[in-house]
Amino acid sequence: MSDKPNQNRSAGVSPAHFGRGGMGAMGMPVQKAKNFKATLKRLLTYMLPFRTQLALVLLTAVLSTMFSIVAPKLMGQATTTLFEGSMAKIKGVAGAKIDFDTIIHIVLTLAALYILSSVLTFIQQRIMVGVTQKMVYNLREQISDKLTRVPLSFFDSRSQGDTMSRATNDVDTISSTMQQSLTQLITSIVTLLGIIIMMLTISPLLTLVTLITLPLSILGTKMIASRSQQFFKGQQRTLGELNGHVEEMYTGHTIVKAFGHERKSVERFNEINDRLYHSGWKAQFISGLIFPLMSFIGNIGYVFVSVIGGVLVTNGAIRIGDILAFIQYSGQFGMPITQVANIANVIQSTIAAAERIFELLDEPEEVQQRADAPISKPVHGHVTFEHVAFSYKEDTPLITNMNIEVQPGQTVAIVGPTGAGKTTIVNLLMRFYELSGGQIRIDGSDTRDMARSDLRELFGMVLQDTWLFNGTIRDNIAYGREQASEADIIAAAKAAYADHFIRTLPDGYDTVLNEEASNLSHGQKQLLTIARAILADPAILILDEATSSVDTRTEVSIQKAMNHLMEGRTSFVIAHRLSTIRDADLILVMNHGSVIEQGTHEQLLEQKGFYADLYNSQFAQSTAISRNAG
Amino acid sequence: MFKLFRLLKPYRLQLTGVVVFMLMQSLAQLYLPTLLADIVDHGVVNGDIPYILKFGAYMLCVALGATVCVVIASYLLARSATGFSRDLRRKVFAHVESFSLGEFDKLSTASLITRTTNDIQQVSQVIVMMRMFIGAPTMLIGGVIMATLKDAKLALVLDCIIPILAIAIVAIMRKGIPLFKSLQVKIDQINLVLRENLTGIRVIRAFNRSAHEQRKFEKANTDYTQTAIKVNIIMSTMMPVMMLVFNLGVVAILWYGGIRIDNNDMQIGDLMAFIQYAMQIMMSMFMMTMIFVMIPRASASGVRINEVLDTQSVIRNSDASESLSGGGSAVEFREVSFSYPGAEQPAVRGISFRAEPGQVTAIIGGTGSGKTTLMNLLLRFYDVSSGQINIGGKPIQALDLESLRSRIGYVPQKAVLFSGTVADNIRYGQEEAADEDVRRAAGIAQAGDFIAEMKDGYDAVLAQGGKNLSGGQKQRLSIARALVRKPDIYVFDDSFSALDFKTDAKLRAALKAEVQEAAFIIVAQRVSTIMDADRILVLEDGAMAGIGTHDELMQSCKVYQEIVASQLSEEEIA
Repeated sequence: MSDKPNQNRSAGVSPAHFGRGGMGAMGMPVQKAKNFKATLKRLLTYMLPFRTQLALVLLTAVLSTMFSIVAPKLMGQATTTLFEGSMAKIKGVAGAKIDFDTIIHIVLTLAALYILSSVLTFIQQRIMVGVTQKMVYNLREQISDKLTRVPLSFFDSRSQGDTMSRATNDVDTISSTMQQSLTQLITSIVTLLGIIIMMLTISPLLTLVTLITLPLSILGTKMIASRSQQFFKGQQRTLGELNGHVEEMYTGHTIVKAFGHERKSVERFNEINDRLYHSGWKAQFISGLIFPLMSFIGNIGYVFVSVIGGVLVTNGAIRIGDILAFIQYSGQFGMPITQVANIANVIQSTIAAAERIFELLDEPEEVQQRADAPISKPVHGHVTFEHVAFSYKEDTPLITNMNIEVQPGQTVAIVGPTGAGKTTIVNLLMRFYELSGGQIRIDGSDTRDMARSDLRELFGMVLQDTWLFNGTIRDNIAYGREQASEADIIAAAKAAYADHFIRTLPDGYDTVLNEEASNLSHGQKQLLTIARAILADPAILILDEATSSVDTRTEVSIQKAMNHLMEGRTSFVIAHRLSTIRDADLILVMNHGSVIEQGTHEQLLEQKGFYADLYNSQFAQSTAISRNAG
Repeated sequence: MFKLFRLLKPYRLQLTGVVVFMLMQSLAQLYLPTLLADIVDHGVVNGDIPYILKFGAYMLCVALGATVCVVIASYLLARSATGFSRDLRRKVFAHVESFSLGEFDKLSTASLITRTTNDIQQVSQVIVMMRMFIGAPTMLIGGVIMATLKDAKLALVLDCIIPILAIAIVAIMRKGIPLFKSLQVKIDQINLVLRENLTGIRVIRAFNRSAHEQRKFEKANTDYTQTAIKVNIIMSTMMPVMMLVFNLGVVAILWYGGIRIDNNDMQIGDLMAFIQYAMQIMMSMFMMTMIFVMIPRASASGVRINEVLDTQSVIRNSDASESLSGGGSAVEFREVSFSYPGAEQPAVRGISFRAEPGQVTAIIGGTGSGKTTLMNLLLRFYDVSSGQINIGGKPIQALDLESLRSRIGYVPQKAVLFSGTVADNIRYGQEEAADEDVRRAAGIAQAGDFIAEMKDGYDAVLAQGGKNLSGGQKQRLSIARALVRKPDIYVFDDSFSALDFKTDAKLRAALKAEVQEAAFIIVAQRVSTIMDADRILVLEDGAMAGIGTHDELMQSCKVYQEIVASQLSEEEIA
């Protein structure tokens, strides 16, 4: 959407001239691809299935452009015929009249050409819509598919925003380039060549005059663009800073208020905002100069063509209609040049976008299971870790030789200070991450021999960060088991002590959770995830600090439900509460990522190690208080 | 959106300039074909070369004049458009900073961020495009006038084409705009599914629902693609149709003009000029369709910005607000009740208690029992619905907001840190704090050790939101921030839950030794954290279930007993 130069003296304005080509993006910095050629090649393979359609697009684009290029020349002929006829009449030549037969002939030809050109343009655009949309549809599907196959480490190591932007913005970039710029590129080149040829057939001298203005406009544009780029960069940076400040102040609003920093925050905002203003108006003004400049150079060309053309007609070197045609051609001339220049940038950033998408698609995928060993049912939940070794980064081993055995129905408590890597055990159990040595067996079979989906079906998990999706409460609970009946869902909610609060909501089980599920409290969300796990009815449970945000009284109830659920099931509990830990059959004490101690509560106390220390600091303190109080 | 344009007022002089210069430019641009007509009709027809040269020189001057006009207009516009955006941003930001929590709940933080950043950007874009808004219609009208002056009869052709084009554009737009809107909804849906997939990856994989999520994505994708195809087909219909109508119009002009020349009603140069006017008219109509596309998008943003500006914070300083000085720091809640807007049940009701200086007052209770609400009321993030909160004997509504909050050291449930160094973050509590004060506060908060372990110690730079710290570390820094303030009243809103038992115990011991004069209000989940408090307030469902010391409550309060039983083993309670 741009402010276009007023090169509107041209006839048969081609529709392709109205796309993204002349956007206000002029003079903005362009992102570049690292490996242009390879990425382009690969992108072309995506177009390959549509080669017939694309060939058709090429053909129609070339034809429709050619028609619109011929039109001014024909119009010029009509004008000449008119002129000669009227001149003859003025000069009083006997029987002189305007040759209307010729004119009607030309007019009809013109009309036919225009109709054909429009129809062809429509066909070309219509085909392109289909091709583009199908192609980006496939691309999106591929990305979505890919995301189900990359290992969890991918999500843990990459920012969400980055992945999102590859899947949305980058795909959009490709889509709009395909839809607009590609055909524009074709038409621009054809137009440019066609115009030069037509101009040459009219008058080589006038063509030369027009071509002289060309380097002028390129030079001018370049000079302005390179200057404005600096300001654009500054503007971009400052805008980023400003947005960062807004985000930070708004999310920390409570603290800003509580500590009375509103004024300071506003002052800082104003300071950045003023800087933005200064780089902003300069960027805008300078980049805005491109169009007046181009239009001025265009006008100079126009004047020269008019004057020289006028003289030439007077000398009889060319005919009057040729001036009209020529003016139209030279007016059209600048447009494709700017467009080609712009499209070059557009293609650059498109390839860069494609490269980012391909990077995502090339991510290594999860290792598939070695054998498709079926899981014998019923599952008893006998879990063993045999010489398990693991590391997140190759050079820093976390777990070197871990051996544990958990009998069916036992409870394992995983304890340790925050950040001790308790979730690592979960990651290994569920095969979110691959072991680097040893094996984990469930009922005697190596988890690597099972299909991941079969393995994960054995587990029920309640994580610390509650994840709910945008949908009804019913759907969120039913996520634990497809085809769960209404009664099952309600029973699960009741078992998780969620039924009561759900019923107090205006729409009950049909309440739609918004995107951040901010219409529920954290505790309520937790209850829903518990209900979800209960509904899934797994053989092995993983409770990841699940109840830490639920208030203690509700927790008592949940604990009861959990205890009931844990009966006969092997359970791994990541817990903060020492009272829960004491009853565990096995305690794994973790620190700095690895398991440093394991055993029962009594055994560990006897060891007088890290656990004993941890326990005593709490135990000694609370008994001291109660003694004082008593 | 037009309401926002009031902010353009300071720039009215510049904007008038923009309009005037754009008009002049349009006129100059339109004058060129007229001069060309003169060259043809007088110079070429008569073979008068000096005349041609003279008029050529005129044309150059006019072209130069047009360029000068545009440059001046661009300059004025760039300054006023960016000025407008700056003013709007400043206004919105300052306004949002005056909001209390109620307004943040209502509009949501994420949405406020988008409104302050993206939406303002959208509206600014429109102002930047003003050159086009002014340029296109002037060209259109100017073109029609010039064409009519040249030959009123021939202009009838234009008078036919323009309405036909206008009707075509409006018809296509009316089909297109609703589709545009639904396209936006559908792209949002794709983003939503995708975002959920990224955040919930563990759950999705744990429940084996990848296939389900993929189907969900496919559905959103198909839905979007279908609409996108429709939208794009409409857009690709528009251009050829417009082109066709217009080009056929030009052909008609040529033919009809020929007849008129034949009848000696007009001259050949005039016809040439006329055709060029028609081109200019066409071009401006193209641009005007772009305006139609942009305006709805920006006006949606405008509405959202106005919504922010129209929201007034209910919490403000009363006219007679006094600054709080001396008067003691005893906090008193008297029959306090509060309901969130629109809620059926009050969040808290009938709460009365006193928190004396030098004493620890603890609040314990279940999720949703109203603990945090009480703290928010004390900080006057919300105003009580009934009852009264006094500090040092004065109701807090009568106090200056800033001086009220300056006396409270607040540690929120979720630690919020800002980008900057560790020291900056601690100093957030008290800007003039000396280095040793900062260190001391960090020491009490048990943050000294881990800060020392960081690469640059107190000068270590935190990423936005302190992402490079663990939850416990962030919490300790946020405690240090409150400590450095040396306030009369401390409010710890469940601030110890992110700490492990050891650190929790050490911190409380250090705190007790250091701060004796202030009133402590501690909201907690763990009984062990608050067992030794001077007074424990037990909340249930927003009402008081008991108040007293640990021992008293163990005797009298059933709710408290249940809480304790769930957390401590019997030997500890004994």
